[in-house]
Parts: sequence; C-alpha cells; structure tokens
Amino acid sequence: MSTAIAEVPVESRMHYLNASYGIKSWLFTTDHKRIALLYLGSITLMFFIGGAAAVMMRLHLIEPAGALVQPETYNKLFTMHGVIMVFFFLVPSIPATLGNFLVPMMIGARDLAFPRLNLLSWYVYITGGAITLYALISGGVDTGWTFYAPLSTHYVTTHVIATSLGVFINGFSSILTGLNFIVTIHKMRAPGMTWKRMPLFLWSMYATSVIFVLATPVIAIAMVLIGAERLLHVGIFDPAIGGDPVLFQHLFWFYSHPVVYIMILPGMGVVSELVTCFAKKKPFGYIFIAYSSLAIAMISFFVWGHHMFVSSQSVYAGFIFSALSFAVAIPSAIKVFNWTATLYKGSISYQAPMLYALGFIGLFTMGGLTGLFLASLATDVHLHDTYFVIAHFHYIMVGGAVMAYLGGIHFWWPKITGRLYHDGWARLAALVIFVGFNLTFFPQYMLGYLGMPRRYAVYPAEFQVLNVLSSAGASILGMGYLIPFVYLLWSIRYGPVAGSNPWGAKGLEWETPSPPPTDNFEETPRITEEPYGYAEPEHAHV
Amino acid sequence: MSESAAGSSLAGTSGRSVSPALHHQFEDIEQQREAGNFGMWVFLATEMLFFSGVFTGYIIYRSLYYSGFAAGSHVLEVDLGAAMTAVLLASSFTMAMAVHAARQGNRAMLLGFLSSTIILGIAFLGMKFTGLNFHPAVDALRGAPEHTVELFMCFYFFMTGLHALHMIIGIGLLGVMAILAWRGKISAEHYNRVEVSGLYWHFVDIIWIYLFPLLYLIGGRYK
Ligand SMILES: [Cu+2]
Repeated sequence: MSTAIAEVPVESRMHYLNASYGIKSWLFTTDHKRIALLYLGSITLMFFIGGAAAVMMRLHLIEPAGALVQPETYNKLFTMHGVIMVFFFLVPSIPATLGNFLVPMMIGARDLAFPRLNLLSWYVYITGGAITLYALISGGVDTGWTFYAPLSTHYVTTHVIATSLGVFINGFSSILTGLNFIVTIHKMRAPGMTWKRMPLFLWSMYATSVIFVLATPVIAIAMVLIGAERLLHVGIFDPAIGGDPVLFQHLFWFYSHPVVYIMILPGMGVVSELVTCFAKKKPFGYIFIAYSSLAIAMISFFVWGHHMFVSSQSVYAGFIFSALSFAVAIPSAIKVFNWTATLYKGSISYQAPMLYALGFIGLFTMGGLTGLFLASLATDVHLHDTYFVIAHFHYIMVGGAVMAYLGGIHFWWPKITGRLYHDGWARLAALVIFVGFNLTFFPQYMLGYLGMPRRYAVYPAEFQVLNVLSSAGASILGMGYLIPFVYLLWSIRYGPVAGSNPWGAKGLEWETPSPPPTDNFEETPRITEEPYGYAEPEHAHV
Repeated sequence: MSESAAGSSLAGTSGRSVSPALHHQFEDIEQQREAGNFGMWVFLATEMLFFSGVFTGYIIYRSLYYSGFAAGSHVLEVDLGAAMTAVLLASSFTMAMAVHAARQGNRAMLLGFLSSTIILGIAFLGMKFTGLNFHPAVDALRGAPEHTVELFMCFYFFMTGLHALHMIIGIGLLGVMAILAWRGKISAEHYNRVEVSGLYWHFVDIIWIYLFPLLYLIGGRYK
C-alpha cells in the first residue's frame, strides 16, 4: 500500500479531465468520473433552486401574518422546496456524485459495469428534472412533496400530473444507478478485494443501492396511479367507487421512508471514511459498521407506517410500526458509537472535511434521538405535522446528509480536480454552516413542541421570536453554502496541485494520481492487505 | 473472483484473448456475461416491486369487495383470456429455444425462434385489443350499477395495460436482437444479450400467469 507515485506536473499528464475536450466529449462520455461531474453540476443547480424556495419561505415567516407572498404561493413554495430537495438533490447527492466517482475506484475497477446505463441515468435525471422545473415554473404545485390523495387527485388545480411525471421519470435514474452499483460491487472487484476488505463507503453504497432498486419502483407506480386518476377521473384511490386514499399513503411511504435512508446511508459511509482518515486509526468495529448499513436498509422497509399513526391505520399496525421504528435506532446507534470509539485515542486533525464529519455525528445523533419522539405512538399524536417533524428531518437530511455530502466533496475534491482549496476558508465555511444550521432548526423543535403546525403561511404572534431566529439562522446557513461554492470553483484554476494523496489516507483511490487517468489505474490492482492499514497507535485499548 | 469462476465452457474455445465483443471495463468475457445476467435479475427485482403496488391494492380491495370484483371478472371473456395465456406460454417456449439457439451459435434457428416469439407476442396484444374483451370492460368501467365493479375495472385496465406496455417493450427488445442476429452480431461466445432479453420476456410472461387467474378466474365461474 506504500507505492510512491512520482508526481508529474498536472498539466503534462493525461487524465480523465484532459483526455478529450469539447462539449460533446462530456455529453456523450461514459466515464464514470465525468458522469459524476455532470451530476455534480446538475444537483448543485437543483440545490440552489430548492434553496431559493426555502429562503423565500423563511423570509415570509418573519411576520405572523406572512411578510412576502400569498398563502397559495406559500403552498407552492414549500412543495417546490420539498420536491426539488428530496427527489432532485438529496436522493442523487452522494450516490450519483461521489458514489459514481468512487465505487469503481475503490474496488479497483476501470468503470462501472454498465457505463452507458450510467450516462442514461443522467439523461433520465435531466429529463425528470426539466419536466418538474417546467411544472413548478409554469404555475407550480401545491400538494406538498407528499402528493396525498384525494387532495392531489381531485381537489387542487395545479400541475400535479407534470410534477408526478417528473418524479416518476427521475425514479428510473435512481434505479439505474442502484442497479449499476450492485452489479459492479458484486462482479467487478479487483483480485483480492474481498467483501470484508471493501471500504466502509462501499458497504453504505451497496445498502443504498438495494433501497434504490427495491423502493423506487413503488413510488413510481404510486405516481402513475395519481396521474392516471387525475387524468381519467377514475381510479383506485377514489372513495366514490370504494377506493381508499390511505392506500396512497401506504404506497407513498413504502418508498418515502426508505428514501430517508437513501439520503443518510451514503452520508454514514462518507463519515466512516473521514473519521478513520482524520483520526489515522483503523475504524473501530469495521464489521459492525458494515453490517449495520445492511441492517438499516433492511429494517427501513418495514417502518413506513410511523408516518401514518394519525391516519386511519389500525392501532395494532401502529404498535408494530412503532416498535420497528425503535429497532432502526439500534444499527444507527452502533454506527455513532463506533465512530466515537474510532476517534478515541486517535491522532485527530481538524481539517475541513473532518469538521463536517464531526458536525454530522452531533447533528445526526440529535436528529435521530428526536426521531424516537415521533416513533412513539403517544407523543407522535401531539407532534405529528408540527415543526418538530420539520426540525427532526432537517437535522437528519441537512445536518446529516448535506453535512456529509459537503464533507465528502471536500475530502475527495483534490482527487477529483487535482487541486487543493484554501483550508482556512473551508474551515470557516464549515463553522458558519454548523452555526447557521442550528440557529435555523433548533427553534423549530421548540415551535413544534409548542404546537405550531407545518405548512401554514401564517402563525400566532407568540411564535414570532422563534420564527425570526429561525429565519436569521437560515440567512447564515445560506451564506455558509455560498462560500464553498466560491472557493471550490476558485481552486480549480488557482489552487495548489494536490498530489495523489494529500490527506495521507488509505484506500485504492489514493494510490492513483489526482486527477486519475481515464482507466483509473495503470494496471488492475491486486489487494493483499486488510483495509485502513493505519499504524496502530500505542495503548489504543477501548 | 471471475478468475475462479467455474463455468468456463463458454470461454473454452476463445480463451482469455481480448475479443471485440469485450467491453473495456471488464477483465474477460465471462465476467461481462455474469454482470449482464446479474444486472437483468436486479432489474427484474425492481420490476417485481413496480407491479407489487397494484397487486397489493388489488388484494386489499378484492378482500373488501369480493362480490363487486367477481361481477367485474364475469364481464371478461375467459376463453379469450385462456387463449391469450396459451399464446404467451408458447412464446416463452420459443424464447427459451431462441436462447438455446444463440448459445449454439445457430443463426438461422435463432432468427426463426426470435421471430416466432415476436409474432406470438404481437398475436397476444392483438387478441387483447380485439373488441371481444375490450368493449364490455369499458362499459363496465363507465356505467356499472355497482361502484366496486368500476374499481375492479380500474385494476383490470391498469394491470393489463401495464403488462401490455411491458410486452411492447419486450417485442421491441426482441426486434433489436433479431436485427443483431441478422447482422451476425450474436455468436456462441457473445450471446449474452439474447439471454438477458429472454429473462425479461419470461418475467413479463410470469406477470401474466398471475394476472390471468386474478382477473379472469375469480367469482366461482367453474364451480
Ligand atoms: Cu419514516
């Protein structure tokens, strides 16, 4: 693992970025690394569009009577924010960018098993995104990202069909990505790369892919059914002919609970890599971290009913869904304890990616524990559909998934671009994001606990202080997201050359030059050692 | 891992030499074949869950509104449905034979079986869209005295419509295979695409094997 690679100046060496030039070489590429960058560009765009909707909502909520828009517009804003952020940013975020880039490299392969399907998945994503954006711009949708029937099928007059079509199409890009990863990890590992020598990031990618493949088709069919019912004015959710709208909720959450794990599992994978690298220590309990990813993926399929405690779902079903939701906390906690134990007596350095990783651990723990409030039948009746829920899942999705995503981008940026960004700015941004995030969402826990319902354009005057705090936090958070955008782009041109392994990390991707050659490795690597071969610190008994 | 893969009967003649059919990301043709097959199996798992949503809905409503569902089922032409099932089963046989022919590298036989599979598939769709079972069903959808009959008809049209869509895709896929075979692009060494298309075709057939009894044979027709 100690192969020193002679550093040739970046410009004179052939790599995946300078192997060919021109717009066509990007639009028709089948190189997983270039496709990762195509995705990176498009999801960043989506992130800023979804973020703009959030900014407008937070501005609106500065005043109890609403400061900015009509209530109807507000409904459209939160729908737009939810649809874009969930389906077009969070779901593809880590898998389609870092996953695409790293899965083949980490197993020592030249590419994914199906490179053309991989490119197709991007076009599918773009098509779904374009249709959805068209729907949102040409009039919007106001059902919320949940599209509940019969609201979406019979009552609203907005662009439900186009939006659900966009979500439906986009689903196939997830499926193609998941399928590609599963096959690649099963069939294309380099000689010696056994399952238990795989980096933890790959285990999380594998678990995520299983959810992609098994859950996404269910939302796809649910979207088709919604569209069909709206179009033909007859359908299986229609109570007038004996149909049941709650069936839609079941189908919807059968996907949309596991999708939470599509968002967080990749983040957990990234954090496992970051913690190990910046503590310079083998991960504590590798096998537990690896298997807990699979356990989370598996259990996640059987907890969807916790979103429906106050629907007409049977109480007995509620009991079981509640118990299973508690069960999912176990593998999640295993991970948190293992990361902390990995840090214990490690030689820790606090570079920017590590700041994100530490932020993730704290915020994810917070979001996870408050999830237990919502998994309990009794407390959920009080907290259901309040800002407590909003705060809970933003702690998981923004505090967790986005933090890990940014941490991962910062960690592998030198590998992707061959350049280093400015560490001081990066640390500052991580700090600003952490502060802004907590200021935005912690008050929302309190608002929810006090009873402020979600999705309302107005609120009683006594909630104003907390709402203003939250909006102030959001503006800090927004600034925090703009800073990396600037210095990362700057680094592409002006950053110092990174070298193949700027962090002293272990793993195959660090043994090949940065940026990697088109085929990733000069020759197929042979793996003879266990992963994470950091020197054991003395007295590291935990 | 492909190094130790047992089934090297296929690669036996060609050895590990680089063949033009080998895509650059794979080490050898055997790995490529395994990846292709496995990929299709994973895709079929996706497909199964895609259909599972409507199957679940069907089962729930059927247990709630059995009489309406039985009445709806009686509108459908069961003899035609049985004939369609027979046609589809025959197409599965010809498909299996096509894969066999591809493995043997027998181009004429492959083309013959591929085109008979396509013809049987088109015949199935033709029978489906004949007025015989279409119009009574549409009438039942719109003007049924009992609302739950309409609900059954929603399922009927939705499930068989989805199935028909898959058939059309499958026929297109086999059409591509036939063109490839015609141009001699499919050899005993590189027949994977036919095999994978066959998997898809059989899957679509199996869906129908479930749809036929669920939609046509309920309500004690043959008591
Ligand atoms: Cu959930």
